[in-house]
Amino acid sequence: MFSYLVNRIFQAIGVLLVVALLSFVIFNYVGDPINNMVGQEATLEDREELRERLGLNDSVIVQFVRFVANAAEGEFGISYQFQRKVSDLILERMPATLELVFVSAIFALAAGIGLGVYTGLRRDSWLSRFVLTVSLVGVSLPTFVIGILLIYIFSVTLEWLPSFGRGDTVRLGTWDSGLLTGSGWLAIILPAITLGLFQLTIILRLVRAEMLEVLRTDYIKFARARGLSRRAVNFGHALKNTMVPVITIAGLQIGTLIAFSIITETVFQWPGMGLLFIQGVEFADVPIMGAYLLLAAIAFVAINLIVDLLYAAVDPRLRVSAQRGTGTA
Amino acid sequence: MNGGAARPLLDVRDLKVGLPTRRGFLPILNGVDLHVKEGEVLGVVGESGAGKSITGLAVIGLLEPPARVDGGEVWFEGERIDGLSGDALRRIRGARIGVIFQDPLTSLNPLYTIGRQLTETIRTHMDMGADAAERRAGELLDEVGIPAAASRLGAYPHEFSGGMRQRVVIALALCANPRLIIADEPTTALDVSIQAQIIGVLKRLCREHGTAVMLITHDMGVIAETADRVAVMYAGRVIEDGTVAEVVRNASHPYSHGLMGSIPTIGERVGRLPQIRGAMPRVGAVPDGCAFAPRCPEVRDLCRAERPTMMGGRTTSAACWQYSPRWPDTAGATGPEEAGPGAAADG
Repeated sequence: MFSYLVNRIFQAIGVLLVVALLSFVIFNYVGDPINNMVGQEATLEDREELRERLGLNDSVIVQFVRFVANAAEGEFGISYQFQRKVSDLILERMPATLELVFVSAIFALAAGIGLGVYTGLRRDSWLSRFVLTVSLVGVSLPTFVIGILLIYIFSVTLEWLPSFGRGDTVRLGTWDSGLLTGSGWLAIILPAITLGLFQLTIILRLVRAEMLEVLRTDYIKFARARGLSRRAVNFGHALKNTMVPVITIAGLQIGTLIAFSIITETVFQWPGMGLLFIQGVEFADVPIMGAYLLLAAIAFVAINLIVDLLYAAVDPRLRVSAQRGTGTA
Repeated sequence: MNGGAARPLLDVRDLKVGLPTRRGFLPILNGVDLHVKEGEVLGVVGESGAGKSITGLAVIGLLEPPARVDGGEVWFEGERIDGLSGDALRRIRGARIGVIFQDPLTSLNPLYTIGRQLTETIRTHMDMGADAAERRAGELLDEVGIPAAASRLGAYPHEFSGGMRQRVVIALALCANPRLIIADEPTTALDVSIQAQIIGVLKRLCREHGTAVMLITHDMGVIAETADRVAVMYAGRVIEDGTVAEVVRNASHPYSHGLMGSIPTIGERVGRLPQIRGAMPRVGAVPDGCAFAPRCPEVRDLCRAERPTMMGGRTTSAACWQYSPRWPDTAGATGPEEAGPGAAADG
């Protein structure tokens, strides 16, 4: 188990280095960083001096190593647009995005698994058919349309929920939390649904398909033949066996939640990293774009690592180190 | 009809199972009659598709929808159990009727230890605490011949070989001391060298506990070795019923006769084993008269016109017109001859 873990961590570091290289390339070769930083009036000497000071005359390899070392310390340079350190900007915006992703992931997982199990068990009921039909809408409508639709219904027409922003936040150390105030919760409902709806649909359909598959297996038939209660068979035996593929997909989907929160944050003017990224793109603010790219990669890699560990927790056959003797007949 | 003590442990009467399809109702079982007495081993044999497994599943109410029971009665311990609610039937399954399926590799849930699967079953049916259930689980594993049983409770199914897993499955079927075990091809998926061991374990435990067994198999060797009585099935019906010795040596029904003829005998040199011409009719295409008529060497017009019921044969009872006074003597006869002489000697 330990060597497996070490192995996975090395793989993760490899992936991150590749992404760091991409990020570095964007930073150094999309336009001239000096041009982006200095004003129109700077002389050639000023430029050359700044170039020397920033180490842009060093060899590419030295620069890349420096970039990685800085990135490892959370140092991504200074935003052209805000004239502030990118790391500070991101730290400020991160809580909003993480809270949004957290709430919508919980929403997608809970509703997705619940409805998936229901539609798998009661496959002919009208409610199952209804849920499946509606879930098609979830897959086919683009996120921004869903967001605008929800705003139109719940903010404009019914006036129940706010259409933008985070509501009131409470400061906990460096973390600005919107989950401790009523207005914060009201404000997060629509963006969380918008962001999570697609993943909910994917998880629902996957759980349903897996349930149908597992319910046909011999061990479920045998569990019924042993007279176990319906509940023990459906939830104890069947649901747990659907979990390996569900964990895989759910993990990847939570990664995309972080990466794709950009659209939802734009629709709802949610003050998170995605909105920061969009503003960065509009102003060709390369340090912000590079940092965001790297952060999204870190999120994906971390989630995949957790997913791998969860496999072993769910399925004993994947516990590589299990070395019990095997009985022979 | 509630004969209490006189009733056999399991009594299946005219059981019909069918499958609703777009083109109408497809009959799978066309009226199965069989019974199992206390402590007895009944072998149920027949070709693939004869309805052996479906009969077993129908008795315990585990038919895969949309297949469903369409008629007949199932009595168990003097109680009618067909048509019981799902929950009432669930309390019989595992507690009073144990089940063993064909493939031990897929019968156990791969994600749980066998200890957990055993204690879960024990505690579902018996009023026991966690510790007592675990002790009982260890004893059961020991009884089915798993070495160092108590220390293996924490092992997962994939850590056992096929034969060992089938022993675990037998232990699971015996968890709550059932009166009857329905064993559906319990050795078919196993290595030949393991089959005898598993049958031995099953036989020994059922004798010790006084458990009756309905042993479904197409392996006549297993039947000859294990069963007290045999029911031969063909095209969704029982067509012969008698003690093992009688059916194996002196079958009354031409089909059973052919089936027994196709078993090779050790020490006897034969060229080619006899085989029964043709194939069993498909579900839904069973002829009106005797289902075996198209393949039967003794067929008469009567066989094609009317379906025979169970009649006293030579020594067993068989669903064959030969044992009816209506049996015509000559092969070419066109109509049923009401005044035929006692018809035992034909063929």
